[in-house]
Amino acid sequence: MVFLLAMSIWLVTAISVWLLIDAKGQMPVAISDLARSIDSQFMFTLVITGVVFVLAQGLLGWFILKYRDRPGARARFVEGNTTVEIGGAVVIGIIFVGLAVAAQNVWARLHLNEGPADQVVVEITGEQFAWNIRYPGPDGQFGRTLPELYDATNNPMGIVPDDPAGQDDIVVLNTLAVPVNRPVELRLGSKDVLHGFFMPVLRIKQDTVPGMRIPLRFVAEETGNYEIACAELCGLGHYRMRGFLQVMEEPEFRSWLVEQAAQ
Amino acid sequence: MSTVHEHAAHVHVPPDNFMARWVFSKDHKVIGIQYWCLALAAVLVGMVLSLIIRAQLAFPTHNFELLSKIFPNGVAGGAIAPEFYLSMVTMHGTIMVFFVLTTAPMGGFGNYMLPIQIGARDMAFPTLNMLSFWVTFAGFLVIMAAFFVEGGAPLGGWTAYPPLSALGVIASPGQGTGMNLWIVSIAIFCVGSLLGALNFIATTLGLRTKGMSLMRMPLTVWAWFTTAVLALLSFPVLLGAGILLLLDRNAGTSFFIPGGLVVAGEQIDHRGGSPILWQHLFWFFGHPEVYIAILPGMGATSHILATFARKPVFGYRAMVFAIFAIGLLGFFVWGHHMFVSGMSPYTGLAFSLVTLAIGVPSAIKTINWLGTLWGGRIRPTTAMLWSLGFVSLFVSGGLGGIFLGQNAVDLYLHDTYFVVGHFHLIMGVAAIFGMFAATYYWFPKMFGRLLNEKMGKLHFILTFIGVNLIFIPMHGLGMIGHPRRYYDGSLYQFLGGTDGLHTLITWAAFFTVTAQLVFLINLVWGWSKGERAPDNPWDSTSLEWATTSPPPFENFEGDEPEVHHGPYEYSLPGSARDYVMQTDAPSRAPAQGG
Ligand code: HEM
Ligand SMILES: [Cu+2]
Ligand SMILES: [Cu+2]
Repeated sequence: MVFLLAMSIWLVTAISVWLLIDAKGQMPVAISDLARSIDSQFMFTLVITGVVFVLAQGLLGWFILKYRDRPGARARFVEGNTTVEIGGAVVIGIIFVGLAVAAQNVWARLHLNEGPADQVVVEITGEQFAWNIRYPGPDGQFGRTLPELYDATNNPMGIVPDDPAGQDDIVVLNTLAVPVNRPVELRLGSKDVLHGFFMPVLRIKQDTVPGMRIPLRFVAEETGNYEIACAELCGLGHYRMRGFLQVMEEPEFRSWLVEQAAQ
Repeated sequence: MSTVHEHAAHVHVPPDNFMARWVFSKDHKVIGIQYWCLALAAVLVGMVLSLIIRAQLAFPTHNFELLSKIFPNGVAGGAIAPEFYLSMVTMHGTIMVFFVLTTAPMGGFGNYMLPIQIGARDMAFPTLNMLSFWVTFAGFLVIMAAFFVEGGAPLGGWTAYPPLSALGVIASPGQGTGMNLWIVSIAIFCVGSLLGALNFIATTLGLRTKGMSLMRMPLTVWAWFTTAVLALLSFPVLLGAGILLLLDRNAGTSFFIPGGLVVAGEQIDHRGGSPILWQHLFWFFGHPEVYIAILPGMGATSHILATFARKPVFGYRAMVFAIFAIGLLGFFVWGHHMFVSGMSPYTGLAFSLVTLAIGVPSAIKTINWLGTLWGGRIRPTTAMLWSLGFVSLFVSGGLGGIFLGQNAVDLYLHDTYFVVGHFHLIMGVAAIFGMFAATYYWFPKMFGRLLNEKMGKLHFILTFIGVNLIFIPMHGLGMIGHPRRYYDGSLYQFLGGTDGLHTLITWAAFFTVTAQLVFLINLVWGWSKGERAPDNPWDSTSLEWATTSPPPFENFEGDEPEVHHGPYEYSLPGSARDYVMQTDAPSRAPAQGG
């Protein structure tokens, strides 16, 4: 039985390593600098935890075999070893906390920088089960909105009709188009319950919280059509709250906006 | 404890009335078994729910005829509805976390063993103990009722985030009566757990027998004691949050509901609340709760590893310290569940650092478990196998936490299957492995009969392989970006490659659940026909093995035992046997350190 167990532990370890490496290959493409940084922090963690994992499981299996009950043997009477205990804790502590410190660089780049003045600003508002996506139009100003004015067909964001800033606002459903290589700032909110705005190719997500507008910044560096998923349970249609991230060349983006404004 | 008066007050005979002896019993041993049976019933329900979840994920187009007969609305025409799927997820999580992972380790084994292991005749407050079980039981009835009310069970997940949980049926089916019952059940559960926690603390501090100094307590007792402290400090917060949520839903208050909501085209007449407030309150409870689930398993593992490696626990003091450090730090990391909630990024930064720091005491425990095995003479009993499995799972599950604890990495992994894989490995199965180890180890003491070791080992190896095949691949799903709580991922191109993993996981789940039949058979067999257990079948040292199997009504015949030794004096040089019981006469040259 001890053989079987030791073998199972080692087998499970090997399969786990293989599975995670395989899954690594299946991750969506990463289309921003930040996304690639998140990936490398992930990889770094994978390697370090991978070593700890193989070491710990390997040792466990080995001890199970080596110290199995043998005729005539007597267990060593050892009550501990301060060097091993303190040394182990310090080494592990440095590794783990070091990882956390390293992660703060990426975190700060996402959260602690203001966007440049010429960034593209888009307002995202979740509702059961769709994303309302609003562009400020040529004036660069969002018009005021009122929940009482929500109207699914004519005025999904409840823009106040007599606010001049809102006249040229563009509202589309489920498609977030952005120009390639330009800083974008999303302002996330929700009409009803929590949702989670998740863009796998950018490796970021942010809950949308009713009553709040939460900024989320990125620069997409590869054109293409990607998916957006809802990551926070929001009701029975959670799984089909799908959106699209279209990264376009600048001119294409401009004409797309004009086209949407016409509708 | 030794005055004449108090001693006299302790001499009781069991009540001869059946109800008082076995149903509304004040005997901690009976109550422990009651808790354990409640957890067993709950785990069976929870397991069936998980199979429904897994069936839907792997075979979304299958016609579930049998299920449609039981739930004609949720599974109309044999197709599982999205809201039904989410109800299953919610109820599975709730039942498992509260009624299995909190009741079995603490209410079950803690109740039975803690007083005996410290040489007490019962808990400090036997009536309170009885109440705490029956209150918990009432909570279970209420949560079960949620399946059968109009609209069905709630679907907001075991974390019940508002506004989804605060708005009623308008937000989704199941969020009406079902959700009210959910909150009431959890509130009742909190009260029951609080009563239990008080009792554990008072008992550990007040009722230790002569010679049972704190540093002579088995690590199991340290674990239960710390668990009780965590429960005492965290359950009131959940209770308060639950009451506020109930008021929001039924009395028109707005603690968690902000203004200006429009749900399903309807204006909601609430203003001023904060959905994030709930998350802070919930996780202030929720993170300590995960340790409430696993600390007793850690205690049992330390205890059992020492017993069957025939060695003292490696670094007993460090282990006590680590239990405390985990308990303390556990109160300062709740924000790692909220990195993307909208909380301030500076707060997220702080929580990330503290979270990774909590990996240190966890690592100390692992190092010391390996140290306990090192140079030992491992007897591969079934209980030992489960404990070794616990260590393996604790490592696998804990390392997942190292990814999630980094706020920057969690941006991608939060609310994906990576999280589901992490917490099932560690809180789900590692904690359960601890409980299986405890069951195989203590069953002879509790029921006076031995379980069948062959069946036990078969049960173990099948389960160990099965759970790894379920929960390791989930990490892969999460890396691909698969969000959790998805009824169907096939809508998404980026999830196109995940079908194979889902199918594998589902088959592994069916395999694992089937393997539990071996356990059930073993239980019934052991309980009715098992070989009679001697007082100390495992050559263990702690006090429960110094009394009969099962122990008499007052735990010890005659006077309370007197303790002369530390809890883990195995293979002491110069002693005749390879273990020294805590009650053995003091050695002439007392071994220092005890
Ligand atoms: C090495 C120590 C650990 C670290 C660093 C850690 C870290 C984390 C983090 C950061 C999350 C949040 C992930 C997210 O939602 O995005 C999480 C989730 C979770 N962890 Fe751990 N964890 C550790 C150990 C444990 C232990 C010992 C348990 C239980 C026994 C546990 C149970 C859970 C549970 C239940 C959840 C998810 C709850 C949910 O969202 O439904 N973790 N862990
Ligand atoms: Cu959603
Ligand atoms: Cu936590």
